[in-house]
Amino acid sequence: MITASFLQDPNFIRSAYILAFALFIVGLMGLRHPRSAVRGNWIAAVGMGIAVVATLLIHGMGNWGLIALGIALGTVIGVPAARTVKMTAMPQMVALFNGVGGGAIALIAWVEFRESHGFDGDPLYIAIASLFAAIVGSVSFWGSNIAFGKLQEILPGRPITLGRAQQAVNAALLLACIACGVAIATGSDSELLMIGLLVAAALLGNFVVLPIGGADLPVVISLLNAFTGLSAAAAGIALNNTAMIVAGMLVGASGSILTKLMADAMNRSIPNIVAGGFGGGGAVPGGGGAADLEGKTVKSTTAADTAIQLSYARQVVIVPGYGMAVAQAQHAVRELAKELEKRGIEVKYAIHPVAGRMPGHMNVLLAEADVPYDQLKEMDEINPEFSRTDVSLVIGANDVTNPAANTNPESPIYGMPILNVNESESVIVIKRSMNPGFAGIDNELYYDEGTQMLFGDAKTAVAEITEEVKGL
Amino acid sequence: MLVTNLAILVLAGFVGFVVISKVPNTLHTPLMSGTNAIHGIVILGGLIVLGLSGEGTLNKILLVIAIVFGTINVVGGFLVTDRMLGMFKSKPEPPKKDAGAE
Repeated sequence: MITASFLQDPNFIRSAYILAFALFIVGLMGLRHPRSAVRGNWIAAVGMGIAVVATLLIHGMGNWGLIALGIALGTVIGVPAARTVKMTAMPQMVALFNGVGGGAIALIAWVEFRESHGFDGDPLYIAIASLFAAIVGSVSFWGSNIAFGKLQEILPGRPITLGRAQQAVNAALLLACIACGVAIATGSDSELLMIGLLVAAALLGNFVVLPIGGADLPVVISLLNAFTGLSAAAAGIALNNTAMIVAGMLVGASGSILTKLMADAMNRSIPNIVAGGFGGGGAVPGGGGAADLEGKTVKSTTAADTAIQLSYARQVVIVPGYGMAVAQAQHAVRELAKELEKRGIEVKYAIHPVAGRMPGHMNVLLAEADVPYDQLKEMDEINPEFSRTDVSLVIGANDVTNPAANTNPESPIYGMPILNVNESESVIVIKRSMNPGFAGIDNELYYDEGTQMLFGDAKTAVAEITEEVKGL
Repeated sequence: MLVTNLAILVLAGFVGFVVISKVPNTLHTPLMSGTNAIHGIVILGGLIVLGLSGEGTLNKILLVIAIVFGTINVVGGFLVTDRMLGMFKSKPEPPKKDAGAE
């Protein structure tokens, strides 16, 4: 059959791969603006469909039953999960999807090892690429699962460390991975070495992510995303598959950029974050800035009083943080904003790049609550606005508003770019208690002249304020 | 072949940097979950290895798991991204009438 042989022509399949990765790039370009983003995502999905169909056309494909079984099972598991996941649970969902990708890569590399009897007769680069994919894929799988556990609160969010031995253990595990890899690449076909490599990488993935605290997870999730991408690209080199190389590398680049952005937004280096246990190094919780705060008091306020202040404001800036996500207060916040807007008050949202548990977390939550995206202001855009803002309403955000980052060189977060809420006329902080934030440091903002604290659950408190505003 | 593939790898890296650098903070979560779906491309690896050789029970089991994982990654990733992006709106919708639900 002419048609069949044409479709199975390796050059036809390679062309389909080119079309597929071109669509990935076009799709990602669509993500530059919310208007074109939905279409961009579908364009990338079409690219993926083309790549899968082209692969199935490769001459000599078999095991159709098993292929169908795998795809069917994956669909049955993936679709409902994606359909029903709550927006507040998005970070862990992304971590989980990232993890299974890494797991797939590690498994494929393992089977390649088994089928080729330790890459016997393969060029060296194939062995190296496969082993790299196996190590990084395995690290990514286990690391993502731990991140998922922390976000889902199956595991405690606080850092779990081995103390001083941590670095040494991690280094030893990495060396073990590399040693197994070198032994295999230089000719050994012992499967124990391959299993040893996968196990050491698995332990490494666990030990790297366990010591990382909740607020650093945005960095880790994007780092693991980059890892999975890079290992997919390596697997593509091993299989001589251009679609995998390009797609993997695009993800690797995107994950690296996001990781860098997140780390910059915390004024910390990536190695410093991965080393884990913030506050365990030079930063002593309660030291530095906290000492100056003794003797100062905080002013607490009520929902009714907050409502009055808000309704006499011209401009209100809402500063959401992880506390808003935990309390699922985004809809309540939107209701309040609507009430204020009805009264002609300008409402804006100040979004710190690392607010929440993944890059852009707040934006997704507020979008879910129908907040138009043009009201969501990035840090650089909103900071000059605070000086002409009457009331800043801080909802469940802490460290990202701490003026010590600007003024106190002894503070562990000194140098971190923050939202300058203290420049506004008055600040109202909704918070459950005076407990310090993730960094374990007191927030000088709370002791400021212009700051009032409204203690309570974010959702309840915001709803109360809204009722009071309505009653005015 | 290796050199060509390395060239593709490096160029893809630069394209990625250029394209992704222009994505605004607002869309970083969908960007993550969208790129997440794209690395589900590893499913091709599972299909190729299982379809073209895939001998032995253990190998088959491992590859089927790999394909399941890859499919979850692709299908789940694109769907979840679509759901998220569908929520980003520019203008406030007309207020919904809750018929005194409050």
